[in-house]
Amino acid sequence: MLRTHASKLAATTAVGAMLMALAACGGDSGSSAATPAASGASSAAPEGAKVGLAYDIGGRGDQSFNDAAAAGLDKAKNELGLAEPKELEAGNGETGAQKEQRLRLLAQSGYNPVIAVGFAYSEAIKKVAAEFPDTKFAIVDDAAEGPNISNLVFAEHEGSFLVGAAAALKTKKDHIGFVGGVQVPLIKKFELGYTKGAQSVKPDIKIDVKYLSQPPDFGGFNDPAKGKTAAEGMFDSGADVVYQAAGGSGGGVFEAAKAANGLAIGVDSDQALTADESVRGVIFTSMLKKVDVAVFDFLKSFADNTVKAGATTYDLKAGGVDYSTTGGQVDDIKAKLDEYKQKIIDGEITVPAE
Amino acid sequence: MSSTFADRLLGRVRLGGLLALAAPLLAIVFAALVTSIVLVLTGSPPLGTLALLVDYGSQPRTIVMIVNLATTYYISALAVAIGFRMNLFNIGVDGQYRLAALIAAAVGGALVLPAPLHILVIVLVAVAVGGLWASLAGLLKVTRGVSEVISTIMLNAIATGFGAWLLTTDRLAVAVSGSNNIGTKPIPPSGQFPGFSLVPGTQAKVFGFVVIAVVLGVAYHVLFNRTRFGFDMRATGQSEAAAVASGVNVKKMVLVSMILSGAVAGLVGMPQLLGASYSYSLDFPTGLGFTGIAIALLGRNNPVGIAIGALLWSFLDNSSDILDLEGIPKEIVIIMQGTIVLSVIIAYELVHRYRLAAEQRRVSRELSTAAPAPEGAGV
Repeated sequence: MLRTHASKLAATTAVGAMLMALAACGGDSGSSAATPAASGASSAAPEGAKVGLAYDIGGRGDQSFNDAAAAGLDKAKNELGLAEPKELEAGNGETGAQKEQRLRLLAQSGYNPVIAVGFAYSEAIKKVAAEFPDTKFAIVDDAAEGPNISNLVFAEHEGSFLVGAAAALKTKKDHIGFVGGVQVPLIKKFELGYTKGAQSVKPDIKIDVKYLSQPPDFGGFNDPAKGKTAAEGMFDSGADVVYQAAGGSGGGVFEAAKAANGLAIGVDSDQALTADESVRGVIFTSMLKKVDVAVFDFLKSFADNTVKAGATTYDLKAGGVDYSTTGGQVDDIKAKLDEYKQKIIDGEITVPAE
Repeated sequence: MSSTFADRLLGRVRLGGLLALAAPLLAIVFAALVTSIVLVLTGSPPLGTLALLVDYGSQPRTIVMIVNLATTYYISALAVAIGFRMNLFNIGVDGQYRLAALIAAAVGGALVLPAPLHILVIVLVAVAVGGLWASLAGLLKVTRGVSEVISTIMLNAIATGFGAWLLTTDRLAVAVSGSNNIGTKPIPPSGQFPGFSLVPGTQAKVFGFVVIAVVLGVAYHVLFNRTRFGFDMRATGQSEAAAVASGVNVKKMVLVSMILSGAVAGLVGMPQLLGASYSYSLDFPTGLGFTGIAIALLGRNNPVGIAIGALLWSFLDNSSDILDLEGIPKEIVIIMQGTIVLSVIIAYELVHRYRLAAEQRRVSRELSTAAPAPEGAGV
């Protein structure tokens, strides 16, 4: 789209002479090559904003973090009448330069606003946002600064505090567990909030903590078998409630909870609705991190021309984090949890983030 | 004239004349065919896809990115190739470079030195850490006979755990302000390796480390083809018994080449560290060591072949994003890379077999026209 078709074909001829000869031999593959796939770029004039969205590893379909962002995008597309958005995905083990190039590709192809999902885009977005001052950028989970960067950050520790309290109220053995995906500062925020919440209900409660992998191995976010083993260990040693902040590995935690007749706490989305049907019964609540709301809000503000740069913190007060009540298993403790929630909102309880 | 599959796989048996040309051509044709079939099956036009890749890949900024990433890949593949020459499979390049980059980054961030010295210290630390880490596998092999394949894979896992332990705010890391990322203290400008504006039409700079990579490639060639040490290494790799008979200390050679491979592996993270990120953080690129194995196979352990392989691999990696933008799944690039490696291996093996068969036919023809061989000599 940046060059004419003629030069594009010339370049192809030079480099791909071998391939061409081959395609001719291959019969039908030659004819299908007649239409270069550049049609998408010159699509019909957009009605609304052309949103470009760059996912972290996993992309759309991870049933967790990236999917939440995708849900926000889908909602905005339907309600705000956006043009066809473009979604790109990160590859495993890529360099910062490749992340940067992905954002640049979106910006220079005319996508505006551009949303980066995940803190890994921190450095990349700073550089690219400076190159495209007229494009609006947003980044989830990171505080990278720039005059045209909006930061969508969450108070995961506050939401985790509530489910920690819920776990302590539900446990019969005064023994609970936490399974983290990867041992990074972000997930430690979940752990810390959970621990504080549980201890505020029962100061002497026993809490098992296990991380599935250490950086730079981010496999812990996508390894249900590991999640299952870790949770089984906790249930075997006497825990009866386990909270998972392990992305795609969470499914294994739920299976272990089911096998051990224990309880589990979901994360990010309301997992009593999104997890595999067979295990939904053990998920008595989930810590909601409303990335979808944040993405939608940002896109709405773009549509209304009221985008503000800098951080928007989605905490308990703003309704950006919360606990879920699906299934009615927290009805008996809901009053207590709401009391804690109010105290955090009013500032009577401050949950440390680190 | 007999050779094992491993010999042929690792490029230790040379092809002469037209055959040397036939193998890569066959590989390209085969790779193109398989990739085209996959593209047609998934409903994307093969030529259009290639045009997109080439068009995007030939933009100035993308060219810079391709060269930069290829620099990293090249060093990684050289590290692997050094082991291959000795019949050592150093699967541990990945762990070696990650640990080396982490510790070198921490040292670089903590020191204040004048410019050239600062860079030199960082690079030497990386080389030392890489070599030391690899020497563990070498020592295990020469003292206890542990296969380096097993020990280096395990050392990768240990390097990951050890690195994670080091990269916490209690030890080597500092929090990146306002971010969920953590990394080592950034290396000050005196320790940063300056880049060049090599490609017109873009402000992006080519890593200065590309020079080091070229020097390494030349050194690799000279070492293996022009020195006694290189001869001993190749001899040991081809036949340990013969090497021992001619007075080579095989254990020493194993240990030295393992350390050498690890020392070069220590450099793998340097282009990225000293040319772009200046800090080892949670998002430092991983898996470069494994890419190096594929590229070393692709380049058949030849320094020029590896360079071509590294550039090709980097081109595919860096151009793939454009496919996503146009609605073609970019995973097709991974299929292409895998196909290319397989094609090269298969094509060379086919050509070798063809040559062997042709030679046997020629010999039997000559024998049958010459005087009948004495009995029992036909074994």
